[in-house]
Amino acid sequence: MDLVFGSVVLGILSGGIYALMAVGLTLSFGVLEVINIAQGMLVLVGAYFSFALEHYWHIDPLVGLLVTIPALFLIGYGIEWAFLRPLRQDRVALSILVTYAVALVMEGLIGLWFGDNFVAIHAWYVDAAVDVFGLYIPYIYILGFALAIVLLGAVYLLLYRTKFGAALRATVQNRDAAVLIGIDVQRISTLTFAIATGLTAAGGMLFGATNAFNANSMLDLISRLLMIIILGGMGSMGGALIASLIMLVSVDVVSVVWTPNWSTFAFFVITVVVMVLRPQGLFGAPPARKV
Amino acid sequence: MKPNNMLAAGVISLALAILLPLTVLGSSSAGVIAFVVLVLAALWAVYTIEKRRALLTSLIGVIAAIAYPLVFNSTEATTIMFFALLYVAIASSWNIIGGFTGYISLGHAAFFGLGAYTIALVADRLGLSGGYGLFAVALLGGVAAGLFAIPMGYIALRLRTIHSFVIVTIAFLFMYQLLAFNLQDATNGSSGLAVPQPDWSGAFFNIPFYFAALLLAVLTVGLAAWIRNSRFGLGLMAIRDDEDKAAGVGVDTWKHKFTAYVISAVPIGIAGAIYAYFSSYIYPQTVFDPMIDLTIVLSAFLGGMGTLLGPILGSLVLQPAQQLLTLYTGAAGWDLVLFGVLFLVVILLMPSGIVPTVVERMRRARVQEAVRKADALSQDAVPDAAAEGGQG
Amino acid sequence: MSALLEVRGVRKRFGGVEALAGCSFRVEEGSITSLIGPNGSGKTTLFNAVTGFATPDEGDVELRGEKIQQLSPDRIYAKGLGRTFQQVRVFPRLSVLENVLVATSHSSVAQGLRTRTGASERERAMEILEYVNIARLAGVPAGSLSFGQKKLLEIATILVGEPKLLLLDEPAGGVNPTMTQQIGDKIRELNARGITFLVVEHNMEFVMGISHRVVVMARGKVIAEGPPDVVRRDPAVLEAYLGA
Repeated sequence: MDLVFGSVVLGILSGGIYALMAVGLTLSFGVLEVINIAQGMLVLVGAYFSFALEHYWHIDPLVGLLVTIPALFLIGYGIEWAFLRPLRQDRVALSILVTYAVALVMEGLIGLWFGDNFVAIHAWYVDAAVDVFGLYIPYIYILGFALAIVLLGAVYLLLYRTKFGAALRATVQNRDAAVLIGIDVQRISTLTFAIATGLTAAGGMLFGATNAFNANSMLDLISRLLMIIILGGMGSMGGALIASLIMLVSVDVVSVVWTPNWSTFAFFVITVVVMVLRPQGLFGAPPARKV
Repeated sequence: MKPNNMLAAGVISLALAILLPLTVLGSSSAGVIAFVVLVLAALWAVYTIEKRRALLTSLIGVIAAIAYPLVFNSTEATTIMFFALLYVAIASSWNIIGGFTGYISLGHAAFFGLGAYTIALVADRLGLSGGYGLFAVALLGGVAAGLFAIPMGYIALRLRTIHSFVIVTIAFLFMYQLLAFNLQDATNGSSGLAVPQPDWSGAFFNIPFYFAALLLAVLTVGLAAWIRNSRFGLGLMAIRDDEDKAAGVGVDTWKHKFTAYVISAVPIGIAGAIYAYFSSYIYPQTVFDPMIDLTIVLSAFLGGMGTLLGPILGSLVLQPAQQLLTLYTGAAGWDLVLFGVLFLVVILLMPSGIVPTVVERMRRARVQEAVRKADALSQDAVPDAAAEGGQG
Repeated sequence: MSALLEVRGVRKRFGGVEALAGCSFRVEEGSITSLIGPNGSGKTTLFNAVTGFATPDEGDVELRGEKIQQLSPDRIYAKGLGRTFQQVRVFPRLSVLENVLVATSHSSVAQGLRTRTGASERERAMEILEYVNIARLAGVPAGSLSFGQKKLLEIATILVGEPKLLLLDEPAGGVNPTMTQQIGDKIRELNARGITFLVVEHNMEFVMGISHRVVVMARGKVIAEGPPDVVRRDPAVLEAYLGA
C-alpha cells in the first residue's frame, strides 16, 4: 500500500515534468494550428544540451538552463520562420511532414555527434534521493516538479495577465478574426513557437536528469506527448497538465502493482477508452462543422 | 519554357541528384539499377501525364518489371527492386486514405506488423514449412489487417478532424509494438519470431519474392485506380477538399472515410507478411516501425499525394536510393539527415509533390500557349478556361 | 398550399449566446421565401440547424411532416434539401465537372465502389453546367474559377441532386448587378419548374423583387412574416433594422 502511495507521488512529480514537455506541443497546436512532431526531438536537444554543458564544462544543469532556454528559444524561432511560416494550404498535414523531417535531421545530427550510447545528466540532486514510504525518490523529481509548476505558472500569467497573452488567446479562438481586429498573427505565432520551444529546454533537462536517453528515444517520447495532448484535449493547457498526471501516475502505479512491461500500455488503454467515450479529449471542445 | 522542356529539365535534375552520388559512391551495378529505375520512372511519367496512354505505359512498365530480374539477376539487384515494388504496393494502398481522402495516417505500419506476425504465427502453429504455399498464407496477413482495421478505424475517425486522426493512428502503432513486446507467449517478445524458409538457393531465392511483390503492386495499383475512378473515390476526394461541403452535397463522409481506411489496410497487411517471409525473422521494432510510415508518406509525397502515379514514382525512386544509401554510407545518422533534408526541400519547393507540380506547370504553359495562339487568331476565340487557368 | 418546411420552436445556444431563441416559421411548397434580418439575428445559424450542420438544442425541423433535426447533412441532402454557403465553397482541386458529379452520388458506399462515374451522369452534369453557362469550364480545377463562376458552380452542384427545397445563403452577395439580375432570373425559372426556395439575402431590392413571402428575424426570433409589401411597412421590422 505504501509502495502504491509512493508510486502515486512519483507519478505526480514526473507528471509535472511531462506537462512541461507537452505544454509546448499543445500551445503551438492551439496558436499555429500545427502538430509539431519535432517536439520529442526538441526535448532531446534540450537534454543533450544540458548533458553537454554538464559533461564537458561542468556547468550545473539548473544553471545551464540560463543558456539552454534562450538557445532553444532561438531554435524554435528559426524553425517557425524557415519551415512553418511558408506553409499555406493544408497546414495541419504539411506541418506534420515538415516537423517530422526537421526531427529526422536533428536525430541524425545528434546521433553523429553523440553516438547512440545511452547517456544521463548528473548532478548531486539527481543522484541523491529521499525516502518516501519505502520508495526512494531522487531530489530531481521534487525540484523538477517545482520548476515545472513555476514555469507553467509563468506561462499562465503570460497568457492571462498580459496583452500578448490576450492576443494569443484571441488567435487560438479564431485565427482569421484575430487578423481582422489588427492582431499581428504572424508575430504571435513565431513568438509562441519560440516560447514553446524554450520551455521545452527545461522539460528536456528534467527528462534527461530522470531518464537515460539517446537520439532514438525521440519516437517513444513524441508518441507519449501526443497521447497526452489528445487525452487532455488538443489546444488545452490545463488538459495537458491533467493528462500528464494521469499518464505518469497510471504508468507508475501499474509498474509497482503489476509489471513495468505493461505500464505504458495502461495509459494507451485509458486514452483509447476516452477516445471512444469522449473523442474530443477530457478538456477539448468538439469540433464544429465549418460553415 | 515549353512544357516538354520543363519536364525534361525536371527529370534530368532528378536523375542527376540521385544518380551522381550513387555512381560515385556505389559499384557500377548500383549505378545501372538506379539508371534503369530512373528510365522507367521517367518513361512512365511522360506517358501517364498524357492520360490517354496510361494503359499502354502501365503495360510497358509491367513488362519491364518482369524482364528486370532476367537482366539483373544478382541478389543485390533483385533485393533492391523487391523492396521498391513492395513499397509501390504499400504507398499506393496508403494513398487511398492518406492521399485521396487527405487523412494522413502515421500508423499504417501497424498493418504491416499485423501481417508479418500473422504469417509467422500461422506458420508456427500449423507447423507449415517454407515453399510457395506460404505465399497463400501471406494473404491471411491482409485479412488480419483488414479485420483489425475495423475497430481501429472506428476509434481513429470518431472525431471529425485530421489532427486527432493522425495522433490516434500513431498511438495505435505504438500500442501494437508494445503488445508484440509484451505478449511473450505468442510473439516471443523482443527475441522475435522465425518464419520457415523455402529451400530455394542462390540467386534464385529472391525471384519468387520479387514476383510476389510485383503481383501485389500491380493488384494494389489496380485497386487504387479502380477507386480513383469510382463514385466512391470522387466522394473521397471531395472530403479531402472540403469535408463539410461534401456532407452538404450528400456524401456520407464517415462511411467513406471508414471504408477507405479499412480497404487501405489490406494490401499493407499482405506486404508485411511477404516481407516477414522474405526476411525470415521478425522483431517488434522492425515490423511495427514508425520509419515505415515515414517512408510511405515521403514516397507518396515525393511523387504527389492523391495521384495514382505519385506513390509509384516516389517508391521507385526513394526505395533504391534509400537501400543504396544505407548500403554505401554505412554510418547511421547521415541517411537520416539526407532523408530529412530531401523531404524539407520537396515540401517547401513543391508543396503538392513532384507530379502535381509538373502537371500544373505543364497545364499553365499549355494554357498560355493557347491564349497566345488565340490572340493571334482573333479576340473572341480566347477560351475562358485559358484565361482563368492562366491566373490559377 | 402545404408547408414543405416547418421550423417549430428551434433553439440553439453557443456558450452564453442564444443564437436561436425559439424560432418558428413555415416555407410553403412552391414558394420563394426570403429570410431577412440584421446581422447576428441568427439567419445563418437557422440555415445550419435546418441542414444538419448544427443540431438544434430544442425544437423541431420538419420536411413534409418528417422530423429531420437529428439527421446528418448528407441524409438531409438525400431527402431533397440542398444548400449553398455564405462564403462560396467549391472543391478546389476537383474539376468543375467533378464538382457536379460528386453531388450525384448519394448512393451507398458499396454501390459507389462498383459504379464508375459514367456517361449518363456526365451528360446530366454537363447539361446543368450548360444551364448555368459554365459548361466550357468543365475540365478546369474549380479552385481557379472567378468568384462569380464559383457561385454558379455551387448552384449547379446543388441542382444536380434534384432538390425540392433549395436554401441559398446570400446568392447576390459580392456579385455585380448584371450577375445579380441573372441569379434572380435563374431562381424564378427554377421556381417555375417546381423548386421551392428559402433565401437569405441583404440586398433588399433583390429580396423584394423575387420573394413571395418574407420572414424577418431579430435576436434569434421571427418578428414578422408575410408578403413583401406588407412586411416592408411593418413597424416591428423598421424597429429591428434601425435598432430603436
